[in-house]
Amino acid sequence: MLRLDRATYDAIVAHAKRDHPDEACGIVAGPAGSDRAERLVEMVNAAGSPTFYEFDSTDLLRLYREMDDNDEEPVVIYHSHTATEAYPSRTDTGLASEPGAHYVLVSTREHGNNDGPVEFRSYRIVDGEVSEEEIELVDQL
Amino acid sequence: MAIEVRIPTILRTYTGDQKSVTAEGSTLSALIDDLEANHSGIKDRLIDNGDLRRFVNVYVNDEDVRFLGGLEAPLKDGDQVVVLPAVAGG
Repeated sequence: MLRLDRATYDAIVAHAKRDHPDEACGIVAGPAGSDRAERLVEMVNAAGSPTFYEFDSTDLLRLYREMDDNDEEPVVIYHSHTATEAYPSRTDTGLASEPGAHYVLVSTREHGNNDGPVEFRSYRIVDGEVSEEEIELVDQL
Repeated sequence: MAIEVRIPTILRTYTGDQKSVTAEGSTLSALIDDLEANHSGIKDRLIDNGDLRRFVNVYVNDEDVRFLGGLEAPLKDGDQVVVLPAVAGG
């Protein structure tokens, strides 16, 4: 199960809506081993694409160094789908390389940049196996 | 000649859970062969068809090796190599 505070949830949704029709991506870091999604880091989608996302390689190194220095890990890795459902694509599954992370998918296909509900779902992806999990939204972690 | 290599979580199964190992080589290619000699199986996760895998990033002293000559990137004593899988998808 993923526990997420509402402010972080809202920020991820806002990011996805803002970047629509391109995919948005980022992480929520937390203390290593804590499973606490504490620190949202919006990343630039270097692919700038409606069907693909990739963290810029320089940004990626900086992010991992920063997490290392803070003794953090990526608790959540999120990205959006802008024309399809909030379910990991085959590419998502094939490239998932953080078995300890919650993979969050947001779909903006219904309302795009506008207000309105989005699909917001969370998964574990381990060795190519996808399992969906519940999300518990809380006011504070 | 000793080069520190930072290993990402997903590849630590090959390094006995070590975050960082030491290896040798005057090029990235030679370094990966040396890694393979001590951590069997890791090379295949880094290289495909004789080239670096598209979704594996390797950095030498914080520079992406794609800008340093890829597998032929020269290495010297004291360099630090970081391996990070791309965070990417569709």
